[in-house]
Amino acid sequence: MIEGILVEGLIYGIMALGVFITFRILDFPDLSVDGTFPLGAAVMASTLTAGLPPLLCLLLAFAAGAAAGMLTALIHNTLKVPGLLAGILTMTMLWSINIRVLGGRANLPLMRVETMLTRFVHGWGSALSQPAALLLFCFVVVLIVKLIMDFFFHTDLGLTLGALGFNEQMVIAMGIDPRALKYIALGLANGLVAVSGAFAAQYQGFADVNLGQGIIVSGLAMVMLGEFILRSNKIGWLTTRVILGSIAYRAIMYAGRYYGYYINLTPNDLKLITGILIIIALAVTKLQDKKSAARKGKAKK
Amino acid sequence: MIELQNIDMIFGMGTPDENHVLNDLSLKVNKGDFITIIGSNGAGKSTLFNVISGKYSPTSGRVIFQEGDVTSQPEYKRARYIGRIFQDPLLGTAGNMRLEDNMVITMKKGFKGLKISLNHQLREKFRDELIPLDMNLENRLSDNVGTLSGGQRQALTLLMTVLSQPEILLLDEHTAALDPKNAAKVLELTCHFIEKYQLTAMMVTHNMQQAIDYGNRLLMLDKGQVIFDVSGEEKKKLTVDLLVKKFHEIKKGNFLYDEALLS
Repeated sequence: MIEGILVEGLIYGIMALGVFITFRILDFPDLSVDGTFPLGAAVMASTLTAGLPPLLCLLLAFAAGAAAGMLTALIHNTLKVPGLLAGILTMTMLWSINIRVLGGRANLPLMRVETMLTRFVHGWGSALSQPAALLLFCFVVVLIVKLIMDFFFHTDLGLTLGALGFNEQMVIAMGIDPRALKYIALGLANGLVAVSGAFAAQYQGFADVNLGQGIIVSGLAMVMLGEFILRSNKIGWLTTRVILGSIAYRAIMYAGRYYGYYINLTPNDLKLITGILIIIALAVTKLQDKKSAARKGKAKK
Repeated sequence: MIELQNIDMIFGMGTPDENHVLNDLSLKVNKGDFITIIGSNGAGKSTLFNVISGKYSPTSGRVIFQEGDVTSQPEYKRARYIGRIFQDPLLGTAGNMRLEDNMVITMKKGFKGLKISLNHQLREKFRDELIPLDMNLENRLSDNVGTLSGGQRQALTLLMTVLSQPEILLLDEHTAALDPKNAAKVLELTCHFIEKYQLTAMMVTHNMQQAIDYGNRLLMLDKGQVIFDVSGEEKKKLTVDLLVKKFHEIKKGNFLYDEALLS
């Protein structure tokens, strides 16, 4: 069970990193994630089934997610509609596209196809137990993603993105078109979400068009849980805590699934739990803000 | 340097709320000018800046920058040669980021690449630039800008704007939101930088004494028009009393005209 929590936490952690980019860094509530997660899964599954090399499949999944994210940015930038609506439009359209990517059906099994996971697990099969090899693989993948992201947000471009969510006027003052930055950030975020979907499909052994339903809310819950775990303004810690939040969220969901029946909870109640979790997180944050504001007020006097 | 030709700016045209904010306004700013601008609320001071910076495109008229027509150029492109500082000290910096990161990204205008510019050498340079501000910012490079005071943030914004080497500096009541001590400090720094870098600047202020004391040219705006434009020796002789008298003289002329129309 503990391996399951960690592996899922790591895989979904990549998705949470994408959500972190849009919601926290860009301050853009991007709901395309509900569509790009299954898109990544669908692209991965169908290209793997077609016999393409796994790494290429993963790149294609990333590219597809990035393109979808840029579509959201395009709708938002050119039609000047709120980001929320732009994301919902992309998400809705992707549902149909995902079915097409899956070859006209809602579900594509990967049981008989060699995936990145099975390949790695078999390769290390002699040295490590299967769950341990799986865990090692996911850990390495997430570590690589995290380090690339940390590097990116240290570059001049990454720092500019950091300024965009907080102060768009400042970005304009730098002589940069904020619209161009939104393409980059939404593309990057949804690319990561699609990669997460690609690994989720390989882990579960199938791609399903409904894989992404409500994923954005769980991603948000992961980001918020992470914010309780530690406080920092360094990007390295910010990305670490997103992944920790993801693992914590998975643990709570496991607990709900396995022990919930003691209090008459069914797996159908998990979405309710997720929602309540976010509401609690929001309420606690609000309380803390009030407290620190009161403390500041006192200090001034 | 920058020239406005017959600018009209009408908000809500054709609606009952139609508001003619700039009225056939023409203005030529020469290189090296330090212009102070006064005018009552609604005279069009901020709109004038918004038209120059490209935030609004005028209903009619042309904006010329160094012999090129930039009327339709978007704000972010014009920002490469126009530096603008707002009244709100929060608008010039990103509070969620460290001081040094703020300085890195505003150091150069234009699109940023995947390069890590921040290094030891650059930090030293930032420190050297921050020391003259005399606000102890040189020791706070890795603090979040959100932890600085309004005065510190506005001084930092000023420094960052000046370091990006704009051709023209627009100061939109940039000291109005600060306490008197910090306001004086930021104003003093402003003059220091304008002199040091030979900047062309326009400064909106509500303080008539300031408008008289600073700069080489003074504009008075009323109902979207420049009603008084004085520079050189004549400006040096101005006093607040003279300015108020002048204002009433010009206004009185209008009143008389209005009254004549009504009778």
